[in-house]
Amino acid sequence: MTSNLSEAVLEQDLASMPQLKGSLLEGRGLKSRLYTGITWVLAVLAALPLFSVLYMLIAKGGARISWETLTALPPVAFEFGGGIGPAIVGTAVMVLIGSTISIPIGILAAIYLAEIDPYSSLAQTARFLAKVLTGFPSILAGVFVYASLVVVMKTYSAWAGGIALAVLMLPTIILTAEEALKQVPQKMKDAAYGMGCTRAQVIGKVTLPTGIPGVVTGILLAVAGAAGESAPLLFTALFSTYYINGIEGLGEPTSSLSILIYNFSGMPYDNQIELAWTASLVLVLIILVFNILARVLGRQKY
Amino acid sequence: MSATAEAVTSQAAAWSVDPKDTVMDCRLQKIFYGDFLAVRNSHVPIEKNRITGFIGPSGCGKSTVLRSLNRMNDLIPVFRFEGSVTYHGQDIYDKSVDPVLVRRYIGMVFQQPNPFSMSIYDNVAFGLRLNRFKGDMDERVEKALRSAALWTEVKDKLKNSGLSLSGGQQQRLCIARAVATEPDVLLMDEPCSALDPIATRQVEELMLELKENYSVALVTHNMQQATRVADTTAFFSVDISQGGRTGYLVEMGETRQVFEDPQASLTKEYVLGEFS
Repeated sequence: MTSNLSEAVLEQDLASMPQLKGSLLEGRGLKSRLYTGITWVLAVLAALPLFSVLYMLIAKGGARISWETLTALPPVAFEFGGGIGPAIVGTAVMVLIGSTISIPIGILAAIYLAEIDPYSSLAQTARFLAKVLTGFPSILAGVFVYASLVVVMKTYSAWAGGIALAVLMLPTIILTAEEALKQVPQKMKDAAYGMGCTRAQVIGKVTLPTGIPGVVTGILLAVAGAAGESAPLLFTALFSTYYINGIEGLGEPTSSLSILIYNFSGMPYDNQIELAWTASLVLVLIILVFNILARVLGRQKY
Repeated sequence: MSATAEAVTSQAAAWSVDPKDTVMDCRLQKIFYGDFLAVRNSHVPIEKNRITGFIGPSGCGKSTVLRSLNRMNDLIPVFRFEGSVTYHGQDIYDKSVDPVLVRRYIGMVFQQPNPFSMSIYDNVAFGLRLNRFKGDMDERVEKALRSAALWTEVKDKLKNSGLSLSGGQQQRLCIARAVATEPDVLLMDEPCSALDPIATRQVEELMLELKENYSVALVTHNMQQATRVADTTAFFSVDISQGGRTGYLVEMGETRQVFEDPQASLTKEYVLGEFS
């Protein structure tokens, strides 16, 4: 008797309870699932080109990867074998020259923009020009260095190639480093001033070390971008089939991976075309390594 | 100068301390931010081994005065100070004085805990390294962390990031960092305003211990805090009579006297909670 009564009460309670059970086909839930599905499909589509390029490079270029290919001189015409050694070294050397020029200048400029005088007209002009320069067609950097250096020195050279890469790397480094330094909280800088730091010490001991992961990320992305550039090298470093020969060799035409790919892919010889694929794979791997490095070094240590 | 301002000056001057017990003597005439007169006519002595509390409503200039004591305000380009702040017989606003060096002798703890993005150890050692300290670094770091009542909590994780600590621990780390170089004056700008009640209590207990060795100037928005820790209290208020918002010292005295027997009617209204 009592249990019947309480059941009746329970039933009544249930009827007056808020309806919380959703239906799979009900309007809002359905829409939400539909949109989630669309973003999924688009995310996969966006990753598709990258993976297909990687797949193609591995499929077509992977077979020729060997110590010989990585070190040997490129073949001439109907020659068999050969490799891409000088191109790897040439790319590395020119990126190194570019980095040596652009990293110090870029970081110092970023310190000026972020810390020393962010609102001065000089800073605003420099920032604007750096932004314009990031969208600068890379071939123009090559033409510029061609006109100002190659013509004057009367030769294509690794120097000219490195400088052209520096021109392209500089804006990326300046803007990412400035952004990274601006992320350092003002209260941290105040603490350093409160300890009796000069402005140089605040920048050197607190701002730069705290912002360095972001700065390193910017540098490595600029390096990865420069390693893949071909247009600016066309007018500056040209090409060579030999290794750079010592310091003096830097004053002569220099080989690079990107130009090798360009040259060899258009040749009517299977051997060269295969090497162009291998060179592409090597180039992509180099860029991948730099991107991973940027990720790892970009992590905040403390 | 208006009559009230003169009355204020004479009242402030009424609180006089034996010069030999005074570690800093701030006699400011005017503090400007650009054209804006922020604080005027205040005489604030900071006594040796005591806690001097600065209280008053928002905008009364108490933080401005505190930050004038180690020339932190010099970082603001439009800041201008008229008057003198004597520290060991030298006016720190004298032209020959380097503000950077002033800050090495007069430590500061800020409103928001602001440890550096480095290890706990490096945070505390920062000032010592800055001063090219040559002695036993480990010992001094331990001593500073002990005096900030943080040693037992962090002694096994000195290599961890200072930012991994809780808010209250971070603030005590900042105090350890400030006292590591053994400054003789410690300026604290609302050090508990970002902390929960338990952490606040710990920092307050810490202040009472610190005054054994340091002279403390403390800005606080919390009157209970002033009564709990301050030996001397300076009450600032805002004068809006001449169209501006100029802060000035209304009354200064033993904390008990300021709260229980305030001389000025403004002080009385404020400590009774009639305005804030």
